[in-house]
Amino acid sequence: METITMILEFIKQFKKNKSAVFGFFIILVLVIFAIFAPLIAPHGPIDQDLAKRLIPPLWDEGGHISHILGTDDFGRDLFSRIVYGARISIMIGAISVGISLFFGLIMGIFSGYFGGKVDTLIMRIVDIMLSIPAILLAIVIVSILGPSLFNAMIAIGIVGIPTYARIVRASVLGEREKEYVIASRVNGSSNLRLMFKVILPNCTTPIIVQATMGFASAVLEAAGLSFLGLGAQPPTPEWGAMLADSLQYITTASWMIFYPGLAIFFTVLGFNLVGDGLMDVLDPKLKEK
Amino acid sequence: MLLEVKNLTTKFYSDQDVNTAVDDVSFEIEEGKTVCIVGESGSGKSITSLSILRLIDKPGRIEGGEIIFKGVDLLKQDIKDMRKIRGKEIAMIFQEPMTSLNPSYTIGFQIDESLKLHQQNLNKKQRYEKVIEALELVSMPNPRDKYHEYPFKLSGGQRQRVMIAMAMACEPSLLIADEPTTALDVTIQAQVLELMRELQEKKGTSILFITHDLGVVYEIADVVVVMYKGHIVEKASAKELFANPKHPYTKALLNSIPIPGKVKRKSHLDTVDDDIDYLQFPKEIR
Repeated sequence: METITMILEFIKQFKKNKSAVFGFFIILVLVIFAIFAPLIAPHGPIDQDLAKRLIPPLWDEGGHISHILGTDDFGRDLFSRIVYGARISIMIGAISVGISLFFGLIMGIFSGYFGGKVDTLIMRIVDIMLSIPAILLAIVIVSILGPSLFNAMIAIGIVGIPTYARIVRASVLGEREKEYVIASRVNGSSNLRLMFKVILPNCTTPIIVQATMGFASAVLEAAGLSFLGLGAQPPTPEWGAMLADSLQYITTASWMIFYPGLAIFFTVLGFNLVGDGLMDVLDPKLKEK
Repeated sequence: MLLEVKNLTTKFYSDQDVNTAVDDVSFEIEEGKTVCIVGESGSGKSITSLSILRLIDKPGRIEGGEIIFKGVDLLKQDIKDMRKIRGKEIAMIFQEPMTSLNPSYTIGFQIDESLKLHQQNLNKKQRYEKVIEALELVSMPNPRDKYHEYPFKLSGGQRQRVMIAMAMACEPSLLIADEPTTALDVTIQAQVLELMRELQEKKGTSILFITHDLGVVYEIADVVVVMYKGHIVEKASAKELFANPKHPYTKALLNSIPIPGKVKRKSHLDTVDDDIDYLQFPKEIR
């Protein structure tokens, strides 16, 4: 019962923020694309038809109803590729955010809880990681591991760790001194229990917000790596890779570059708007405004 | 004797100097009795209680003495054994009921925590019944509904009852109460004190009560320990202390209580004079 009323209250607050609702619908469309890709896409994502190369979108001259957004240089249906690309983008976001979150959480919690030398050691590692530009660090990692979509996800995950570590540390520092922590210690809780069971549940707000926004930047970074040829390899329908493939057609078949770009844009926008909305709803200090 | 504190000394270190928060403090608590530690802010009362549970974190350190609880010196126990004593043998309640409950869990879950940690032979259902029992013990209305509620829904007095239920769940032999009534208004204060007295009668728990409120001391104490700047300046039974205070600091402290009718309008209340170093007087330990 309690949980249901809390969820209802959450939805009520969230609905007040129109742009967050807009972002939520973008994500919803994305998720529907990802789940029902085979039903929505009229063609296979890698089905080539060389007779139908470079057909423009439906509303341009020479467009055809069977290829709404046109075809690329191998005659593959652009709309189908974008729909399947949603799957890959969500997978990239989930896996790389998962990696950053997992390690960032552990590092941040140990750093904030124990303080002292542990804190200094972990935070200096974080500082070093932050001093290297993110995309550069990702490129280095991918070139060590070898270019593939999976390695790109690992690289983006590693690049994201320091941000989470810092955020978690900051909120653990805030909670650590509260009396309920001492009370639980008096009850006989061990350090691990205090860290993960007592303190962590009270630090979730900034973590949820950061994870949502991190999802957006992971998608963007993966697209960047794929564009550079270090992420998804052809013929994978990854949006960034699609951009890279169509560069030479930018003057003759601009739809090939426009629509995947638009897909990336809306995905990133959607997650950022929802992240902002969550921040407003979950932070009681901002709620009053 | 349930607890004997002998020559306890706790110091805090900073880069420049050393601050002795608790200096050569000795007192004892008998079974089923209430000992009050009184003193002004910074006199070392809270540090004494935290030292008993060995909860002094860096930069603080317990430098010397013995804390003999049921014949065992707690200062010689390792961390694991200490954890078994905390919550099970010695429990503690705190001053601020607003922050001493975890906002993320229901109150039932939190009372359940110490049972989970210390009474592993009980199954889930038995533990649930024990939690309800504990809530009934502290006269919480509708304990079965309250089990599932989050702390933010409760009033200050109710939260303090939950804290007491949490502390009493494992039926400890010693309950340390660190200013448990200070943050509550007077009527709730009286209720909480009454509750603690009842619990003591029912369960035979000893209480170490820390406060700066002499009115509360008068209500509840068997033995009073007066602390000043980390030292015990006077130790006596409550009756004797209130009837016949010996140490100048205790006298000053007792004089500072305003008594209705005795204080003239627009006159100043008596205060404890900060310019006098009360440590120059001989300690009165009876």
